[in-house]
Amino acid sequence: MSAITLAASATSTGEAVQFWILGTVAVVGALCTILMRKAVHSALCLAATMIILAVFYLANGAYFLGVVQIIVYTGAIMMLFLFVVMLVGVTAADSLKETLKGQRWWAAACALGFGILLAAGIGNASLTTFNGLGVANAGGNVEGIARRIFTTYVFAFEITGALLITAAVGAMVLTHRERTERARTQRELSQQRVRDGKQVPPLPAPGVYARHNAVDVAGLLPDGTPADLTVMDTLRKHGQIRDVSSEALEDLKALERRSRERLGRDRDEEEASR
Amino acid sequence: MNPVNYLYLAALLFTIGAAGVLIRRNAIVVFMCVELMLNACNLAFVAFSRMHGNLDGQIIAFFTMVVAAAEVVVGLAIIVSLFRARHSASVDDASLMKL
Amino acid sequence: MENAENLIALLVAAPLLGAVVLLCGGRRLDKAGHWIGTLLAAASFVIGLVLFADMLGRGAEERTLRSTLYSWIPVEGFQADIAFQLDQLSMTFVLLITGVGSLIHLYSVGYMEHDERRRRFFGYLNLFLAAMLLLVLADNYLLLYVGWEGVGLASYLLIGFWQHKPSAATAAKKAFLVNRVGDMGLSIAIMLMFTTFGTFAFGPVLEATGDTSEGMLTAIGLMLLLAACGKSAQVPLQSWLGDAMEGPTPVSALIHAATMVTAGVYLITRSGAIFNAAPDAQLAVVVVGAVTLLFGAIVGCAKDDIKKALAGSTMSQIGYMILAAGLGPIGYAFAIMHLVTHGFFKAGLFLGAGSVMHGMNDEVDMRKYGALRKYMPITFATFGLGYLAIIGFPGLSGFFSKDKIIEAAFAKGGTEGWILGAVTLLGAAITAYYMTRVMILTFFGEKRWQPAPDPATAPGVEPGVEAKPGEMPHPHESPKSMTIPMILLAFGSVFAGGFFGIGDRFVNWLAPVTEFEHGHPPIGAAAITSATVAVMVIGVSIAYLQYGRRPVPVTAPRGSLLTRAARRDLLQDDFNHIVLVRGGEHLTRSLVYVDHSLVDGVVNGTAASVGGLSGRLRKLQNGYARSYAVSMFGGTAVLIAATLLMRAV
Repeated sequence: MSAITLAASATSTGEAVQFWILGTVAVVGALCTILMRKAVHSALCLAATMIILAVFYLANGAYFLGVVQIIVYTGAIMMLFLFVVMLVGVTAADSLKETLKGQRWWAAACALGFGILLAAGIGNASLTTFNGLGVANAGGNVEGIARRIFTTYVFAFEITGALLITAAVGAMVLTHRERTERARTQRELSQQRVRDGKQVPPLPAPGVYARHNAVDVAGLLPDGTPADLTVMDTLRKHGQIRDVSSEALEDLKALERRSRERLGRDRDEEEASR
Repeated sequence: MNPVNYLYLAALLFTIGAAGVLIRRNAIVVFMCVELMLNACNLAFVAFSRMHGNLDGQIIAFFTMVVAAAEVVVGLAIIVSLFRARHSASVDDASLMKL
Repeated sequence: MENAENLIALLVAAPLLGAVVLLCGGRRLDKAGHWIGTLLAAASFVIGLVLFADMLGRGAEERTLRSTLYSWIPVEGFQADIAFQLDQLSMTFVLLITGVGSLIHLYSVGYMEHDERRRRFFGYLNLFLAAMLLLVLADNYLLLYVGWEGVGLASYLLIGFWQHKPSAATAAKKAFLVNRVGDMGLSIAIMLMFTTFGTFAFGPVLEATGDTSEGMLTAIGLMLLLAACGKSAQVPLQSWLGDAMEGPTPVSALIHAATMVTAGVYLITRSGAIFNAAPDAQLAVVVVGAVTLLFGAIVGCAKDDIKKALAGSTMSQIGYMILAAGLGPIGYAFAIMHLVTHGFFKAGLFLGAGSVMHGMNDEVDMRKYGALRKYMPITFATFGLGYLAIIGFPGLSGFFSKDKIIEAAFAKGGTEGWILGAVTLLGAAITAYYMTRVMILTFFGEKRWQPAPDPATAPGVEPGVEAKPGEMPHPHESPKSMTIPMILLAFGSVFAGGFFGIGDRFVNWLAPVTEFEHGHPPIGAAAITSATVAVMVIGVSIAYLQYGRRPVPVTAPRGSLLTRAARRDLLQDDFNHIVLVRGGEHLTRSLVYVDHSLVDGVVNGTAASVGGLSGRLRKLQNGYARSYAVSMFGGTAVLIAATLLMRAV
């Protein structure tokens, strides 16, 4: 019943309100996707946009797609993105400074022209009557789609299966690295370290503080400067070492001052007692 | 409200996605923008499905999703291996086609 | 005789065969080559005689023979045949060409005896005969043009025969180039004929002149006149003939006196119908003839080189013929008659000059001759008879033919007639003067012989005479092969005029072809004849007073302005140099400038702009995927716009 009403050609006021509110959010999300400096933020904004799109699918009577959008797109694909972002570096922020001359102007001009043309095309197409999906969804949306997929589009469906398997194999082939030599044993590694004579004992541990207990915080040398050696190689390469040394030094100074104040008072008291 | 507004929204999202592809240098973000464009198309398909009163548009959108999933898998694999080789995910660094 | 027309092709074929055999035969023919050439020339002459006898056997109106060998260019609307036409006019030329040609072949056997390239010389001579016969036997202008070019080629090859002499090579080039100008006239005339009449066969063209506009006929006539000027060395294309004397003397006698240079007269006479219908063109012909007549005569007076003096004379005499041909029906026959008699006596004079040079270590300067009559009696006699003939001594050939031309000039009528008559009379006087000068300087007076020049300092020495440098010449009579042709030509010089002229025999013979009407001079024929004789006597007397009574200096005196100008061929080369060469240079320079600045500018500018554009376009290919994406996106937008526009329209 609700399916029929939601998919009617004339939308209800509720749908209109929903469209305008969620549509605005979707556009903002899309804009944030392309404007955020950090890839993680972009991914999250995109996920939000996709969820809103899922709601629109539902509103348009595409129940199956709406659910698939949430589960597959937002749930799987966007999480895959997040994984890759993590691999590549979560905190690595893009510089938003454009390096190609005129690229932004051209992009803006093209996008503007393209959008205007697209809108003009849609406006020109006299799309006034909407049939609604009431009849098509009468036997249930999922059943209707299933009937189509396994009859009319069965070959396309099978082929997409082959495509997915190919893609999975392709992804594995692309990311797989053949090990060309035997992995060295712990004994050999220790012998190597002694022979090189650079770093015979194990590497120092990262900094461990009352407030920080993370692999990305460098340990401090006796003079208070951070020792990069204490942070793991990958994070060093990504430049993701958090510098807490200055913060720690501030804290230390404050502590000393406070203790001196207290000790000084104690000394005054001592002198006074003497 | 006329449901044609969904189409305008799809067009707007598509354009934003395209602009993002052109502007961003991070390959992952570029890829996300491509996904945004695909989603915009899907929204249009769903709106068309409602307009015509049959489910074919939804099925096309479904196939688009499947193909997009395959594309994302391969594309992200490429980005990862590219990052491994170059320690960078910037599309501008892959400019060997230059003279 | 049955099928006499089949013999016509043989006329051409015999010397052509000789040319092919001699030029392709190689060294094994070196010993017999000159006799082969002479025999084939004589064979052609015999065939000519047979045809002549056959022609005489028929009535005056049935004498024309036609023979089509094959169709050369059979195209719809453009029919070019290898076809011959033998009428009285052609026959006259055939006999002159083959007769004089055979005699000169014979003469060359002796004259070129010591030249190691004699076989080649005879090959060229045969080639010339073949081409010249083709020229006069052709029944259309296109085939005539083939012969015309053929004689030009032979003339070029023979003038430059001693190509090791730079002067000969230059002279050959000069003749070739100047002749090209005339040839261009002929080719344009043929093209005009084709566009006007749709054909270029003599018969249809000459019959159709009545229906054609006078303007077109005048154009064709002027182009034909240009052609005639080139070939016959008429003003303004006269400059090559004097230099052409660099060729061997037999060549000068045959080609540059008796036959080839008269081809222009043949052309004008043959095209008489065109000129008759175009009075303006005819007037131009007369003017050219009159100017050249005086021009050649004046040049002839000043030259010390015996051959160049004779060349000036040739020019002048051809001027007479052209003038006569320009007079129309009252003059054609006399032009041809003078042409024939001139062929005899001028060939004789040249052969005499060659004989003198032969005996004088190839010295050509008449001031270094003198008193040769005792040493070379036969040459003296034949040369003398030729001399009497050319100055128009009563009873000899030149008298009859030249007198008729002068009469015809007066008969032109009106002021023109008087002017032309006066010019021809003046020309006769000057002719008498310079020929007497040649005669006295060469055969009379004191010996002024000089030692033979050193080949090292004077490279322009004809080979053949082995004179050691510094050796004094010892003149002797030439061998029989040289004297016999001279004697025969002297006979022609003496009797041809009377034979032709008395009783209008020649005129009646030619009349069916060239049209003829009797001219009526305003004064009596007898008076004109007397005047002619009188001016001749005056000319001879002046020359005698100037050269016979006083010793002649070996080096030429400085002379008056006119003399110096005449020695330089009346500044013809200077004129050509200043007007044509300098003008050409300036034209070329400006063209080069235009080429460099404009044409090259456009070409290089295009290249540079393409290069610059490419350099800028190259920057679009920056290798950045995002730039390419922008272009794709922009392209998509354009495509959408185009689609929408098409929809809207």
